[in-house]
Amino acid sequence: MNLLQTVSFSDRLAVAEENANAVKPLTERHPDISVREAYMIQLKTIERKVEAGASIVGKKIGLTSLAMQKLLGVDQPDYGHLLNRMEVEDGGKVSLGRLIQPKVEAEIAFKLNQDLVGPRVTSTEVLLATEYIQPALEIVDSRIEDWQIKLQDTIADNASSGMYVLGGQPVSVDKVDLSHLGMAFYKNNKLVNTGVGAAALGGPANAIAWLANKLFEFGIYLEAGEIILSGALSAAVQAEAGDVFTARMAHIGEVSVTFTD
Amino acid sequence: MESKTIKKTAVFLIDAENEKREVPRITDEYPDLSVDEAYAIQEELVNIRLGQGYRMVGSKMGLTSHAKKKQMNIDKPIYGYIFDYMVTDANVLHVNELIHPKVEAEIAFILSRDLEGPDVTTEDVLASTEYVVPALEVIDSRFQNFQFTSPDVIADNASSSRVFFGSVMRKPDEMELDLVGVTLSINGELRDLGASAAVLGHPANSVAMLANMLSRQGKKLKAGQIILTGGITGAQLLSLGDIVSAKWDGLGTVEFKVEQ
Repeated sequence: MNLLQTVSFSDRLAVAEENANAVKPLTERHPDISVREAYMIQLKTIERKVEAGASIVGKKIGLTSLAMQKLLGVDQPDYGHLLNRMEVEDGGKVSLGRLIQPKVEAEIAFKLNQDLVGPRVTSTEVLLATEYIQPALEIVDSRIEDWQIKLQDTIADNASSGMYVLGGQPVSVDKVDLSHLGMAFYKNNKLVNTGVGAAALGGPANAIAWLANKLFEFGIYLEAGEIILSGALSAAVQAEAGDVFTARMAHIGEVSVTFTD
Repeated sequence: MESKTIKKTAVFLIDAENEKREVPRITDEYPDLSVDEAYAIQEELVNIRLGQGYRMVGSKMGLTSHAKKKQMNIDKPIYGYIFDYMVTDANVLHVNELIHPKVEAEIAFILSRDLEGPDVTTEDVLASTEYVVPALEVIDSRFQNFQFTSPDVIADNASSSRVFFGSVMRKPDEMELDLVGVTLSINGELRDLGASAAVLGHPANSVAMLANMLSRQGKKLKAGQIILTGGITGAQLLSLGDIVSAKWDGLGTVEFKVEQ
């Protein structure tokens, strides 16, 4: 894949996002796009958004659960970039007009206070480099029609990132057992599912260590100050107008968001 | 259902348990078996066990989580009873005593006061709870292929079989009882997980529902009883040689090995 093709795929996805209008999977006509090429498309889109004034505030890790990996037939997670304009305040409203086919998932967010440079970062080093954790909701959205994604499609599409909400209280990692931190997820005050930290690659710090090591392949590292969404603790739930989503997490509080037309 | 048939059916299920033999469903022969009749069979079964000298140590709720309801295709919680012979202190499950055991991770409540329905609330339960403890419950339906309808499993004492309790006890106000994260691993592989809200939104709701269900039979929950509130995780089938390990946030670990 040459630079022109990378730019062309990046354009297609950027326009889809801008117009909130989904496109066919890239892999439908180009089944030979590699995972690395898919990341190059993502990085190109992010580079151009940054040139246009956006700033990178962190990363998100996707496909951290066995169930999601099985669904896509893959054996590893993926990642995407969080930009400043994706953040929604806790309890805030999100207009569905900005999104295509959003789903919501509950995750533990990490705020780093040290850089994490691959390729041999361990989960213990992740914990030592973490200023605090807090509960987060990730609103995932796909620019690909009907979520008909293969791994390469979602990676090229910034790992299906949409928006994110940070809530609760910042808590130091030494106050909790991250792998056993329980989560209950509610839609319109009705419990829809539960989860626990271990759902994300056996533990959220494992997921972040994976990310730090993956980024090394692209000459990128996790920087102090970044927010990392460490992976869904339960299945994503589709959002419709009027829906209120709340995640409650043991020891670190709750976070919520409302969808409007 | 005649009382003779009720008695005969209870004996049939006790024999199946004693002889480790899976049997056809009751509803194959009595398709109209009602929930009330099923509880009458269960009561007969309990009385037979008590007559044999076994002691009742508590009760259990079953089918309280969305995962379990879906797994068994039954949408209403049920209850059954736990006897002394089911509580296993050595960390070994003897599989040759059982038919096709499955395991699930739960939170158990030990009551400090009696709880009598019909209007018991979650708050009443928390105020009447001495301790909460972690438990691995082994269920073992006496029915072929672990397949049953709601009346079948009620008659079969809610598939009660064995229980392993953990050694950590907590006062209910020491933790957010509906946000207890749990992982269940077998042979080192993570098999299932969840948080305790999976049990009817809060495990104390399960105890309240039990007290209220019992009140219809003129019964109550008594101080000192242990109540298993229902699986937080789905039930996982066990095999000889398995090493089962579950961990609860704030409530420690329970482990056992499956031997002959």
